[in-house]
Amino acid sequence: MEDLIKIRDLTVRFYTYEGVVHAINDLDLDIRRGETLGIVGETGSGKTMTALAILRLIPYPGRIESGSVSFFDKSTRAEVELLKLTEDRMRSIRGNKISMVFQEPGAALNPVYTIGDQISEVFLLHRRQELGRQAKQRVDNLLSDGSGSAATLKRPFWHWQSRLYNKIAEQSNPLEPRILARLPLFRRLLWRLRDEARLRTVSMLKDVEIPDPGRVAVQYPHNLSGGMKQRAVIAMALACSPELLIADEPTTSLDVTIQAQMLELFRRIKVDKGASVLFITHNLGVASEVCDRVAVMYAGRLCEVASVEEMFLHPLHPYTKALLDAVPMPGKKLQTIPGALADALNPPPGCRFHPRCPSAMPNCQQERAKLKEVSKDHIVACHLF
Amino acid sequence: MSTLVDIRRLKKHFPIVGGVFRRPVGAVRAVDGVTLAIKRGQWLGLVGESGCGKTTLAKTAVRLWKPTSGHIYFDVPDDIRTEIEGLEAQGKNSSRLASLLRENDLTFFSSGRLHSFRRRAQLVHQDPFTSLNPRMKIKNIVGEPFRIHKVLSGQAVKTAVEELLSRVGLSSGQLERYPHQFSGGQRQRIAIARALATKPEFIAFDEPTSALDVSVQAQILNLLKDLKTEFGLTYLYITHELLIAESVCDYIAVMYLGKVVEMGRPEETFHTPRHPYSQCLIAATPVPDPQRRVGRIVLPGEVPSPANPPPGCAFHPRCSRATDQCHESEPELKPISGDHYVACFHPL
Repeated sequence: MEDLIKIRDLTVRFYTYEGVVHAINDLDLDIRRGETLGIVGETGSGKTMTALAILRLIPYPGRIESGSVSFFDKSTRAEVELLKLTEDRMRSIRGNKISMVFQEPGAALNPVYTIGDQISEVFLLHRRQELGRQAKQRVDNLLSDGSGSAATLKRPFWHWQSRLYNKIAEQSNPLEPRILARLPLFRRLLWRLRDEARLRTVSMLKDVEIPDPGRVAVQYPHNLSGGMKQRAVIAMALACSPELLIADEPTTSLDVTIQAQMLELFRRIKVDKGASVLFITHNLGVASEVCDRVAVMYAGRLCEVASVEEMFLHPLHPYTKALLDAVPMPGKKLQTIPGALADALNPPPGCRFHPRCPSAMPNCQQERAKLKEVSKDHIVACHLF
Repeated sequence: MSTLVDIRRLKKHFPIVGGVFRRPVGAVRAVDGVTLAIKRGQWLGLVGESGCGKTTLAKTAVRLWKPTSGHIYFDVPDDIRTEIEGLEAQGKNSSRLASLLRENDLTFFSSGRLHSFRRRAQLVHQDPFTSLNPRMKIKNIVGEPFRIHKVLSGQAVKTAVEELLSRVGLSSGQLERYPHQFSGGQRQRIAIARALATKPEFIAFDEPTSALDVSVQAQILNLLKDLKTEFGLTYLYITHELLIAESVCDYIAVMYLGKVVEMGRPEETFHTPRHPYSQCLIAATPVPDPQRRVGRIVLPGEVPSPANPPPGCAFHPRCSRATDQCHESEPELKPISGDHYVACFHPL
C-alpha cells in the first residue's frame, strides 16, 4: 500500500513561562492509503499534537520546530509538503482533503447556527464551483421547461442567474458573485447556491445514519444528544470526501452502546468512502476494535508501531506491555506501571521510559533508542531489540 | 454476611418547573424504585450508561439528597427492618412506626443524627479536578473531616493527615501544597484520603477513575483493593466501564433508566447475562483483543429521557425480544438462580 502521509523527524515545542515543553520529538510515522491507523498513549503523550501538526493547527505558544509532513494528493498525483504551504493553500486542504473530528462534539459545533448551516458551510467553502454548476443546471431547466405568464416575466431574471452561476462554476473566484456575496440583501440572490448545499447536507446526514435528517438539519446543537452531535460532526468532516479523516478521541465522551454505534460507523466509512482514518484514542479496547495498525506514543515519542494483531498479541516495547497489563481484565491481576508520566518540561535523558521501565539497561539512560523494524511492519524503539 | 446498606423501593425524582409561578410540570425520574442490599465487606459495582441514575442513587444512598420515597437502612438489624415492613404493610400510621423510622431510616433522620451518620459513610466524587477546593491546602482538605466531626484537634490532626496521606501513597512533604499542583491520579488519592479520615464503614465511589489514564487507573484500583481489606470497608462502586466492574467487584447491579435490571455475581452477570440490556452492554464493550472482534451487537437508538420514560419495561423500545406484555406492564426484579436477579419477562 502506498503512503498517504509521511511524517519525518517532526518536532513540536511549546515555549511557556515555565520552560520549553517538548510535546513531540523526532516523530516518524506513515499513514497508508485506506487504512485506519490508531495512535494510543496516555494524557500528554503527544497524540493530539501529532494530529494538529498534520493540519498545522498547533496552538500558541507551540511551534513546529523541524521535520516534514508530506501528503500525497491523489487527484493531482503530486506530493505536497504541508509544513511549507502558504496559509491559503493550507486552508484549501483543511476540511477538504484532510478533516478532523474533535473529542467533544458539543464544543466542536457552534451553538448559534443550525446543524445544516454548519455543514453547508463546508460545501460553500470547498465545493463552490460544483454547487454553481448544479445551480446553473437547475436554472437552465427552469428556462427550458418554464411556460405561462409567470415564467415569461421571470425569464430575464433566470437568464441573469444562469450567467451568474456559470461564472461561479467556471472561475475559481469570480468578481461579480464575490461582490454580491459581500453586500447585505444582495447576497440573497445567491440563494440557489445555499439551496444546493442544503440538499447535499441532508444527504450527508443520511449517510451517517441520522434519523429524519431533514429535521435535524434545521435544529441547533443543543437539540441533539451527544451521539447525534458526534454523528453531525462526522458528517461535517466527511462532507468533502477527505482522503484522511483524523478522529481525536471521537468516542471518549460517549456511552458504551453509543460508542459501539460510532465504531461501526467508522468501520463503514472506511469501506464506503475509502478514506484513511487516523484514530486517536487512549482506550486500548477501542483501538483494537477499529484499527488496522496501531502506534503507541509515550512522552512525545513513538514507542512501537505494528498491526493490531501483532500489537495486542505480541507486544515488544516494555511500555506497550505495561499499558496492556494495566487494562482491567477479569481473572487477571491488575498490574501497575511504577512512577508517574514523564515530565514534559524536564524529560528524562535517553529513552523517555527508562525511569519506569522494568528492563532498563545502563545505556537506556544516555542514548535514545532508534526505531527499528524487528519483523515485517513491526517497528520498535527500544534498546532491547 | 450481614446487610450493611439496605435500599428499599428508593425513588428520587427531580421536579421540572415551568410557567410564571415555577410550578412543577413534571419530574425527572432519576431513580425510580430501586431495591438493593449491600452486604458488609462487599464491593458492589453499579454499571449503566450516563443518565441511568447511578450517581443519583449513590448520592441518595449516602443521604446527600433526600429521597422522594423509599427507605434506606444503614446497619439496621434484620428484626427491626422486618418490623417496619410489617407495620407498613398494615397501612396504619402508628406512633411505633414513626419512631422506628426516625431512628433507623436515613430518609427520616434528623440533621443531628445525619451528622453522626456522615462519619460512617463517605462519598468520593467523579472528577478530582472539581471535588477539591482550589483555595485550600492539602492538609486542610484532608484534615477538615476531623474538625467537622470533632474527632481530633490541633497537632493530632496533622499527624493523622500525614498518616492518611502516606497510606494513599503521597509524601508528607506535600502537605502545604494546593490541589492544582497535583496530577489527576494524585488528586484522586487526596480525595480518597479525605474520605478515609473519619474511619467510615461504607464508601460510595462515583466513577473515581473515569478522568484518569489507564496506568493511573490501575494504581487507584489496586489502592482501593488494599484499603478495603485493611480497613474492612464496604464499597459501592459506580462505573460505566464493564471491564473494571468485572475485574474488581464482588457483586454487580446493572441499571437502566432509574431501575436495576439485573443483579448478580460478576461471573454470572457477565458470562451468562439474562437481561437483553446487560447482554448488549457487554457485547458493546471494546476489549483489547483483536481476536474478539466478531459477534458484536449494536444496540439501536438511545436511552429514552427519564423525564418521560416509555410505559411498561423501560427497555422495550430498543429490545429485540419485546412483546406486547413488555409494552403494557413492568417486570419486577426476581431471583432467577441463587443470588442472580433479573427484571425481564423474557430472560435470555
